[in-house]
Amino acid sequence: MCALRHAYDVRQESEMVQRLDFNNKLGLKPVAEVFKAEITNVIRLTQMEKLFHLRIIDDKDRERFSFLPGQFVMIEVPGYGEAPISISSSTSNKGFIELCIRKAGTVTNALHRARRGAKVGIRGPFGTYFPMQRMKGHSILLIAGGLGLAPLRAAIYYATENRSEFKDVHILYGAKNPGQLLFDYQYEAWRRIDDVNMEIIVDEADDSWTGPVGVITQLLEGVEIDPNETYAIVCGPPVMFKFVCRRLSKAGVPMDRMFVSLERRMHCGMGKCCRCNVGSTFTCTDGPVFDYWSVINLKEAI
Amino acid sequence: MLFKILDKGPFRSLVEIILESNEIIAPKKIGTKATGEPIHQFLPINSFEEMDLDYRTTEYSAKTYFLPYRENLCTFDFDAEDWEQEISYRIQPRAIVGLRAHDINALVKLDKVLTRDRFPSPYYISRRKNTFVVGFEHIPLEDEFSQSMATDIVTHGFDLFLTDLGDRYFVAVDSDRAFNLLNRVEVREVTDDDTNDYKEVRRRVLEGFKTHINVANLPNLLDLEFTSEVWKKWGEKCLSCGSCAMVCPTCYCYGVQEEVAMDFTKATKVRQLYSCNLLDFAEVAGGHNFRPDKETRLKYRYYHQHRGFMEGFGEPLCVGCNRCGRVCLAGINPAAVINDLYEENL
Repeated sequence: MCALRHAYDVRQESEMVQRLDFNNKLGLKPVAEVFKAEITNVIRLTQMEKLFHLRIIDDKDRERFSFLPGQFVMIEVPGYGEAPISISSSTSNKGFIELCIRKAGTVTNALHRARRGAKVGIRGPFGTYFPMQRMKGHSILLIAGGLGLAPLRAAIYYATENRSEFKDVHILYGAKNPGQLLFDYQYEAWRRIDDVNMEIIVDEADDSWTGPVGVITQLLEGVEIDPNETYAIVCGPPVMFKFVCRRLSKAGVPMDRMFVSLERRMHCGMGKCCRCNVGSTFTCTDGPVFDYWSVINLKEAI
Repeated sequence: MLFKILDKGPFRSLVEIILESNEIIAPKKIGTKATGEPIHQFLPINSFEEMDLDYRTTEYSAKTYFLPYRENLCTFDFDAEDWEQEISYRIQPRAIVGLRAHDINALVKLDKVLTRDRFPSPYYISRRKNTFVVGFEHIPLEDEFSQSMATDIVTHGFDLFLTDLGDRYFVAVDSDRAFNLLNRVEVREVTDDDTNDYKEVRRRVLEGFKTHINVANLPNLLDLEFTSEVWKKWGEKCLSCGSCAMVCPTCYCYGVQEEVAMDFTKATKVRQLYSCNLLDFAEVAGGHNFRPDKETRLKYRYYHQHRGFMEGFGEPLCVGCNRCGRVCLAGINPAAVINDLYEENL
């Protein structure tokens, strides 16, 4: 007989035997467990980025998996590790999720070598999201620079699928050069939607480029902004969203109506490892989506 | 709180009863420093004699028994084109004897992060609930400042907490399993004499605190002094070795990596405790580092402990044990750094 008492087995806790649900932040769960998912499609976007279609294999888990635009998942490549990746697909698509992934480190390089049919793991969704509900009835500016189009694409899907809920919808996108433009096969489809304005600008044109050349703030010159009626989502590198948000601030858009998505190298996604910690703020649980007011008060964020 | 009196003989019996069927972790003398001072570490013991309850301090805290330096989170077993994930938790009961009040309070702080905040950790919960904690009162070392951090008194988070009254222990009982265990040895009820002796010991404990830091308004001060020269001064000394986080009883930051077996049949996902002072702590994909300077990293360690944790949980993360100050090769200690910040503001 054990003097202390019988061993406590955490696996027997009622919450632990329920189906895994990362949307329930407060519940006890096997936090390292992944949803097994199959890569059903790989789409080449540029030399550095590929779009992966992933389908959670278990039928019940797949049905229960839901996310909001701006949230991310940790993608697990067994043997290589995990990386945090924003979800790029439409929230209304229950069958699979799409992740736009740049070849940058160990995990993403392994993914780029992976072929259709390979099995990876997913934990999530994690983090905050773009408050699309709150934006209802207003004009929205969806602005992306470079890889920022990856998280923004989920919001673009929301806006285009629910076009009637918004006033003006502007999609503004800037990239270094035409070769780095992501999702170029979709621009025409977005433009054709009644009353969606889409503008693209590049820093360095090549011979084939006929569009505008310059930085993304130039595209804002052509947009009429009613500061009382406008929400903005700005995704891109800090230097980009800083200039865009300042420009919008000058136009009178309140700072708590502009949303940005921050990037950090998270190791857990759950506010534990502290790798994305800035003071008391965790990019993984308090973010990655922040309003601009919160971001300028976050030291080191920009 | 329930109090009892335990004579020293029955205390020995109690330890031996636990040892019969459980592992006990306790301070053990493992060597002697050049200065002649003994070196102690929390290690498994095989007999009552191996335990040294008169220890001054341990270089390492007992954190590793709750939040191991390295812990396997799961394994992936490879099979042709597929894999299976396996997860296991440590569930064997064991006891830790000899923790100081500040070390128990360190666990109470970790409990807040790892058992009650968002995404509670089953790994930690499993180890915590399976550990029987026996704490001991001690006269503080000169450089300890746990009184300033309000961690010199324990109110919960342990099973038994003993105060040495010379020939007997004054025992605080904080769990039913501790109560049941005490009933297996000879215990007495507390008399007025015992209480008076206990109060006398507590008075000596309070008198023992020689190092104090000013924590009033500290979170606000840290914001005001974000660009202070104080960070440069101490940052220049810092070797970015991460020793402070390793010995700290509350530092819980970690990194996750995967290790593949030599025969490629499986991979293990390992969580390894990390330190915010290490160069690549805030590096992201593509190579950008949000904290390339050592003074910035040193500063953020203080920000997390005294500013960030305060905002999140209403108390600082630091417990004032000064293990980090003692282990630091560059002579950086929290009392000096924080007092420097206050002097900037005179």
